[in-house]
Amino acid sequence: MSTATRRRPRYTLKESALGLALLVPSIVVFVAFFYRPFLNLLHWGRYESRRNGAYFEYVGLDQYREQLTGEDFREGLWHSIQFVLYTVPPGIVLGVLLAVAAHRRLKGIKVFQAIFSSTLASSVAVTSVLFFYFFNDTVGLFKVDWLENPDMAMFAVSLSSIWQNLGLSFVIVLAGLQTVPDEVLEAATLDGYGATRRLLRITLPLISPVLLFLLVVLVIFGLQAFAQVDLLTKGGPVSATETLVYKINRLNRPDNIGIGAVYSVGLFVITLAVTTLQFSLLERRVHYAR
Amino acid sequence: MASLTFENVTKRFDDVVAVDSLDLGITDGEFMVLLGPSGCGKTTALRMIAGLEDITEGRLLIGDTVVNDVDPAKRDVSMVFQSYALYPHMTVQRNIESPLLVRKYRADGPDHPARKLNRAERDERVTEAARVLGLVDLLRRKPAALSGGQRQRVALARAFVGRPQAFLMDEPLSNLDAKLRAQTRLELVDLHRRVETTVVYVTHDQVEAITMADRVAIMSAGRLQQVGTPQEVYEAPANLFVAQFIGTPPMNTVEGALGDGGIETGGGVVPVPPGLAGRLEVGRKLVVGIRPEHLALTPGGQLDLAVRAVEWLGHECLVFGTIGDADAVVRQTGMADVRPGDTARVAVEATDVHVFDPETTGRLA
Repeated sequence: MSTATRRRPRYTLKESALGLALLVPSIVVFVAFFYRPFLNLLHWGRYESRRNGAYFEYVGLDQYREQLTGEDFREGLWHSIQFVLYTVPPGIVLGVLLAVAAHRRLKGIKVFQAIFSSTLASSVAVTSVLFFYFFNDTVGLFKVDWLENPDMAMFAVSLSSIWQNLGLSFVIVLAGLQTVPDEVLEAATLDGYGATRRLLRITLPLISPVLLFLLVVLVIFGLQAFAQVDLLTKGGPVSATETLVYKINRLNRPDNIGIGAVYSVGLFVITLAVTTLQFSLLERRVHYAR
Repeated sequence: MASLTFENVTKRFDDVVAVDSLDLGITDGEFMVLLGPSGCGKTTALRMIAGLEDITEGRLLIGDTVVNDVDPAKRDVSMVFQSYALYPHMTVQRNIESPLLVRKYRADGPDHPARKLNRAERDERVTEAARVLGLVDLLRRKPAALSGGQRQRVALARAFVGRPQAFLMDEPLSNLDAKLRAQTRLELVDLHRRVETTVVYVTHDQVEAITMADRVAIMSAGRLQQVGTPQEVYEAPANLFVAQFIGTPPMNTVEGALGDGGIETGGGVVPVPPGLAGRLEVGRKLVVGIRPEHLALTPGGQLDLAVRAVEWLGHECLVFGTIGDADAVVRQTGMADVRPGDTARVAVEATDVHVFDPETTGRLA
C-alpha cells in the first residue's frame, strides 16, 4: 500500500453536478427500500404492541436492552451461529476440492463444470423439497428421522444448505483458479512441490482474495438463511432449528412487531460486526496481486 | 551437471506435430541455444526436458538416464520462464529458497545419504545466490515491488540456487528493454562460465543466440535444421532457412543458373564458389546467397543493384534495392555514395558466395 498522501482531486461545478445526477437513481432506490425502512425499524423497536396491535405504547430503548439480552434472542443467535459453523467451512472446503478437480484441460470437462455449478440454478425451495424427500424416514433416500430429531435437525438443514451453496462456491473458486498463471504452478512443480504442497503453498494463497470473498458471502448467507428452515422443519422440533431470522419471521405479527424490529436490528448489527471483523482480521493475510 | 540427449523425439498435440523426430545431443556444461521462429517447436522441446510435456515418441536422456517417465519434480532441472513465474505472495528470500525446501542434497559429502537442508544451510545458499546476482538488498521485498530486471534476476537466482543438473531458459530476456537485455546477456554468459552447468536456452532472437551460445540448434516447423557453433551456422548455413534466419539484415538470395563463366542471375554473373567448381552440370538451376556485408559498391562490380533506399545508421549504412527481380541489401561502413533511383555496380568475392538447391533448399556450396 502506498503511504503517500492522496490529494483530493478538484472538480468543477459542472463535473460535480453531473456526478450527483448520475448518483440520484441509486440514492433514490436505497433511500426508498433500505434507509427509510431501516429508520422505521429503529423507530418500531421502541414501541410495544397492546391488544394484538390495536395500539402501541412507547417503551423506549428498554425494549432493546431487554430483548437483546433475553433467553429467546440468545437461543436464536446460537442456532444461527451453529448453522454458520455447519455450513461455511464444509462449503468452502468442498467448493475448493471440486473446483480443483474440475480445473484442468480435459475433453468434456465443461460438462462437469456445468453439473457442479448447477445447484446455483436451483432455488432454495426446490433444494428443500429435494432434501425433505431424502430425509423422509419411510420413502426417502437416506431413510432417517433427522428432521424430527432435535439433535440432528440443525445438521440436516445445514446439509441442504451446503448442497445449495456448493454451486456458488465452485463457480467462485474456479474463477479464482483460472487467474493463477500456469507458469507459476509449473515453476513450483520444478521446485519439487507435490500436488498437495502446490495447492497449499501456491494456489490457495494466490486465490486468497476470492476465498475471503466467499467466506464473507457464505457467512452472510448463513446468518440470513430462512427458507430452508421454514420448508424443512418450521423451526422445530422444539425450536431446535429456530435461527434468528426464523424467530424474526415468527415475531413479525401485529402483537410482536416491536420485538421483531429489535431482533432485526440485532441481527443487522451482528452481521455487520462479523463481516467487519472478517475483513479486518483476514485482509492482512490476503495477497492481492498488483 | 549432466548431458541431455534427444533420441528421435516426437511430440504431437492431437494432429499437430510440434516436434518432429528430434535428434540432439547437448554435452555436459554446454550453453545450447534452441533458436527458431514462434511455433517452431523449440519451447515444446525445452518443456519436454523439464517434464512439463509428455513425449509422444522417442527417448530423452539426462546423463545416462532415460527420463521419459520421470516426474518433473525428480528431474533435477530448473527453469527460468518468460514471465519469470515468481511467487507473488512470497518475499524474494522465500522465492529463491523455494527449490531448496523439498529437494534432498548430499550436504554431508558424497558418502552420506542425501537429506533436506536445514534452515542455516538454506539461508547460506540463498545469501550466496543473492550476492552473485546483486539481490542482497531486495531479499525482504515482494516481486510486485521490483523492476522487470530485478524480477528477472530473482528468477535466475531461484534457478541457480538449487545447483541442478541443467538450467532451462524460455526466452528469459524478452520482457526486458533493449539496454538491459544486452547487459543481462553478458551477465548470463558470465554466470554460465562460473557455474559450468548445462544451459538450454530458447529464443527467437538470433542476436541472443549467436552472442551467447556455445552451439546453436536452429529449428523450423518442428524440425531441427542445423546444429553448430554460431560461426558454423553463420558461415556455412545448411539450408536457405538457416541462411535467412541468421544474420541481420538477412542474407540476400537471388535465383540463377550455372553458366560457363559463373552463375548467371537477372542482375549479372556471380562467381562460382571454390567448392562447387566442376561438380554440377552447366544449366543447373541454383539459388545464390550473399550476405549484405559481402556485397561491395564498386564501379567494377559484377552485379547491377537498382537502388531504392539508403539508410544511414551512424556506424554503418544499408543500401536497399533489387538485383534482377530479387530484393537485396548492401551493408557498408560509412556513408554510401548512391541515391535512390541510381543503378549501382556491386562486387562479391567467390569465397563469399553461398549456393543452395532450389528444390530441396539444401546447401550445395
